Amino acid sequence: MLKTENLSFAYQGENKLSFPDINCGAGQNWLLIGPSGCGKTTLLHLIGGLRKPQNGKVHIANKDISTLSSSQLDLFRGQNVGIVFQQSHFVKALTVEENLMLAQQLARKPISKDRIDTLLKRLKLEHKKNSKPDRLSVGEQQRVAIVRALLNKPKVILADEPTSALDDNNCQEVITLLKAAAEEEKATLIVVTHDNRLKELFPNQIILQQLR
Amino acid sequence: MNVLKLSWKNLIHRPLSMLLSVLLFTLGVGLITLLILLNKQIQSQFDKNQAGINLVLGAKGSPLQVILNSMYHIDAPTGNIPIKQIRAFLNPKHPLIAVAVPLSIGDNYKGFRIIGTNYSFVDSLYAGKIKEGVRWKKNMEVSIGANVALQTGLSIGDEFRSAHGLVNDGLNEHTDSEPFIVKGIFEPTGSVMDQLILTNTESIWEVHEGHSHEEEEEDGNHEGHDHEGHDHEDHTGHDHEGHNHEVDPHEGHDHPKDEIPLVEQVDKEITALLIRYKMRNFQTMSMGRNINENTDLLAADPVYQINRLYDMMGVGESTLYTIALIIVIVSAFSIFISLFNALKDRKYEMALMRVMGASRGKILWMVILEGLLLSVLGLILGLIAAHIGMEVLGNYMQEAYRYPFTGKLWVQTEWLVILFALFTGLFAALIPAIQASTTDISETLTDS
Repeated sequence: MLKTENLSFAYQGENKLSFPDINCGAGQNWLLIGPSGCGKTTLLHLIGGLRKPQNGKVHIANKDISTLSSSQLDLFRGQNVGIVFQQSHFVKALTVEENLMLAQQLARKPISKDRIDTLLKRLKLEHKKNSKPDRLSVGEQQRVAIVRALLNKPKVILADEPTSALDDNNCQEVITLLKAAAEEEKATLIVVTHDNRLKELFPNQIILQQLR
Repeated sequence: MNVLKLSWKNLIHRPLSMLLSVLLFTLGVGLITLLILLNKQIQSQFDKNQAGINLVLGAKGSPLQVILNSMYHIDAPTGNIPIKQIRAFLNPKHPLIAVAVPLSIGDNYKGFRIIGTNYSFVDSLYAGKIKEGVRWKKNMEVSIGANVALQTGLSIGDEFRSAHGLVNDGLNEHTDSEPFIVKGIFEPTGSVMDQLILTNTESIWEVHEGHSHEEEEEDGNHEGHDHEGHDHEDHTGHDHEGHNHEVDPHEGHDHPKDEIPLVEQVDKEITALLIRYKMRNFQTMSMGRNINENTDLLAADPVYQINRLYDMMGVGESTLYTIALIIVIVSAFSIFISLFNALKDRKYEMALMRVMGASRGKILWMVILEGLLLSVLGLILGLIAAHIGMEVLGNYMQEAYRYPFTGKLWVQTEWLVILFALFTGLFAALIPAIQASTTDISETLTDS
């Protein structure tokens, strides 16, 4: 489902980061851990097609994403990759429901209010449907971001430090939700973290070393 | 949710900065459009009432004043001209002159000017047609313009007394002569004739005869009705009844038969003579100058004088256009700054939209649409404001000048304003839009 080969990336004027090859099957949960500055987020952005690698390839659902044009890649990502960021961002002018409809529309999927309602209900957010995102608590915002990542039934769900801003209860809950949802949608889940609370929860782990 | 709706929601999310941009744009577009509407109507009034008149004779004074008074009926007369000085021009066999229309000006009814003239004023200059009743035939009979009828409510058979002067001040009514009687109402011509009460020249003389005119200022600024020297000379010989004149210089078929030809009333005066040439040649070119140099009359060329007036107004007009243009440029900057500032705030959400599948093109289009929406909104409000403003201003101007002005018209130049406004909005949004669409998603998201 998700495969990388010889990925490497260098920021301007800095050492090259080389990443181990990854091969994740559908429905699997993976944890990507390592110390700060080892390139965890960079790897995540390479996998999500937010950045182009210097070398190597990323295959998602048997598609080499480096062969796609910029706008094809944008669409492919919208349809096949769900991303949850450390801090969730929304289109501030829109309500929660409108933000979710926008996610469907930008990925050129049919707008389905049923699907939105189902997911919001599952994450206990149905009463926040018509609120503006900045009216929500951080935990609620993160849950809406998860709904958004799951909405288009992606093949791959990437979560970048999804729990760092959350307390223990919320942390547990968010990870349980992500795992359950990924299993249900047969999606590959990769969680990037330095949060030790998560180590026990994931059987599959990729460990990045500090590169020197 | 399409891009347009998204752009709109983004705009109303920041209502204050949107309001500022839109208001500035409204102001700029409104001012430009108002000037266009006003200018167009003034010019078309001048053109329409030019009526093919090539030369105007009047008393010595300002030539522009003579033109404004006797062709456009908005300024006071410079004085009177004795008929004995203009006999040559009244001769129907004059080799150069096709039409010569005498005018006697100086009285009003409720602010509408009463003009002593003959049928050539109606037929040759303004192609007026009677809608109700008949044309004036005898002394003290009048036919009135369409707007006069509308505004004063005068109808056929009504009698009224004229007042001396050209402004409706409720003073100086001529009480010691017969009242005027309305015999006919003209169809609207769209020209100054709609604002006039027409009668024969003799009626004006009659009103001013038989009582003493002693002293009088130019604008009817006088006490009682002691007039002198302004327009109607003292005259007691009142013996033109019973004359039948054979030579009729005018085309009018139902011409009053008891009228002595104007040309024979050598001791009388009129205010002005409007002249149309048979053709233009070197003689007509020098005619005005010859008259000015060799007689006590003043000859004014309407085209030249009106162009001079445009030139004089042009300075103020171009100042206003410049101010309006500056406002539009400032408003374009305001749109630019408002979009650009919002970018800082919105760069995460734009990166997020890219993550969710939006292409660079879509982001570009969204920001451009925001700029366009602001300018279209300002444009629509500006156009509406200009037309309403013109209507309101038009009512005041109509009271002051008796010319119809309206906001209910569309001038072709307004299409240019629309084009210009859209281009301005597009241009103001272009840099923020390019900036938004070329931002690197990964770096933006890592920044947070």
